[in-house]
Amino acid sequence: MILVVCEFDAKLKKSALEVLGAAQRLGDDVTAVLLGTGASAVAAEAAQYAAQVLVCEDTLLEGAKNLAHAVADLAEQAEANTVLLAASRAGREIAPRVAVRLDAPYLEDAIALTPVAGGLQIQHYAYLARVTETLEAIADVVVVSVKPNTQAVVQANASAGEVFDVELELSPSGVTVLGRTVEKSARVALTEASVVVTGGRGLGSPENFALIESLADVLGAGVGATRAAVDAGWRPYGEQVGQTGKTVQPNAYIAIGVSGAVQHLSGMGKSKNIIAINKDAEAPIFKVADYGIVGDLHAIMPALIEAAKKLHD
Amino acid sequence: MKILCLIRQVPDAEAKVKAANGKIDLEGATMALDGMDEYGVEQALRINEGGVNTVAVALGNARFEDAIRRSLAMGLERAVHIETDMLLDVVSQAQILKSVVLEEAPDVVFVGGQHADTDSQALGAALAEALGWNQVTWTTILGFEDGRIQATHDTDDGKESLELALPAVITTQQGLNEPRYPTLPNIMKAKKKEIRKTTPDAYGISNSKVKVVSQEIQERPRLNKIIDGKDPVAAAEQLIKLLHEEAKVI
Repeated sequence: MILVVCEFDAKLKKSALEVLGAAQRLGDDVTAVLLGTGASAVAAEAAQYAAQVLVCEDTLLEGAKNLAHAVADLAEQAEANTVLLAASRAGREIAPRVAVRLDAPYLEDAIALTPVAGGLQIQHYAYLARVTETLEAIADVVVVSVKPNTQAVVQANASAGEVFDVELELSPSGVTVLGRTVEKSARVALTEASVVVTGGRGLGSPENFALIESLADVLGAGVGATRAAVDAGWRPYGEQVGQTGKTVQPNAYIAIGVSGAVQHLSGMGKSKNIIAINKDAEAPIFKVADYGIVGDLHAIMPALIEAAKKLHD
Repeated sequence: MKILCLIRQVPDAEAKVKAANGKIDLEGATMALDGMDEYGVEQALRINEGGVNTVAVALGNARFEDAIRRSLAMGLERAVHIETDMLLDVVSQAQILKSVVLEEAPDVVFVGGQHADTDSQALGAALAEALGWNQVTWTTILGFEDGRIQATHDTDDGKESLELALPAVITTQQGLNEPRYPTLPNIMKAKKKEIRKTTPDAYGISNSKVKVVSQEIQERPRLNKIIDGKDPVAAAEQLIKLLHEEAKVI
């Protein structure tokens, strides 16, 4: 049985549909798990994709420790042989704990999953995404986190699965949330955009990000930023692409005033087309670029926005 | 406060990675203390000035000693090196490290948020679970008050501020602080600092739950069609044309 921990936010997140998709391709006995406030409201949606849906809205279901305990308990009760989670930040702080509790191997950030006799093989990226590794775990139960945007979303089953309310034995986690800030952009989500326009320190000032936004608006693209631009306080963290930010893989990644540090490349190096504009012809970004312009971005950007507008008129 | 820093040695981020016969070849590679771990070492030294009551713990092969010396040269007091050539999965690592942490009995354990070789973010959470402790991952602001931790960390869609009791595992990243460079006198001093050696066998672990089947460098071939931007308008128009007609992405 495959247990799938689904993230939701009024409805199932895209990552949940992808993880359910991966589960569906591994086997037909899929159980979806919905944990936390609002879980019941998405149960019917999840039931389209899983034979069983386990729902728990216990208010103690907060924080990595308690969520992990809940998942591990449900996996044991249901005798799951595979536990799948999204390799989101949230998923990646829960999944290792589940593996420790189950004394099971943990396969992290999988881009492909292949069943083998007695276990599972996955592929994932390593060495700052410069290497593709194949890992294998042979065990009664395996815990896997699945990289977002690498799996086709799930197809609805012929008949809806059964929904069960479950009770869990939890104690207070000991962690108090003092505050949360959610950074939401009016534009298309960075990780889901087919075109991303990213600005780096080469823009020279936060005001010049208006050029990035204009081009993104003309192209219907998402807006990204480098760590340097975020650290300088020019852009919100939610736009950061790279090792410590988001990983994106769009059809076109347009990097403006971005030098191309290894840490940045590890977050966008798998993009189908990379386009760079930089005044430094030696910048590492050009080594991975399909197309590019060497020159002054302040002169080139307005021309580029004009040319893109003409195309769309 | 007693602080334990978990450190690892990884290929230098700027170094070229080579692969042969389905395996990464690190023979000639420049190795370095993982940059993500340096933030934890630095934070430990800011909390305990002079490195008093700080210890580095490393689980890895003989070459890890360079990274250990580096952390000692930055200022940590002493080190424990669990030496092995085995590549252990994160759950097995957590089981070994749990024993070492319990021996050392720190109030805080720092771990790098993501390791530059395995690209794994799992060690902090796995160790916290093995210990039954709480964790803060991707920490950017850290403070202590009345024996409790106040921390701000990055989440999937923003930031979250947390308060929790000690002991805890904190995973570190860029933005938390600016790690120092070791000074020459401190590099000399570090050579005399204690490194206690032990092995995974001492903790009852003799194999990995996860096997590396193969490693490959898959580089997407890039077209490298780079336009000279001396005439910005012509260059911009040419680029848009290429993206529309050739790449068909806009």
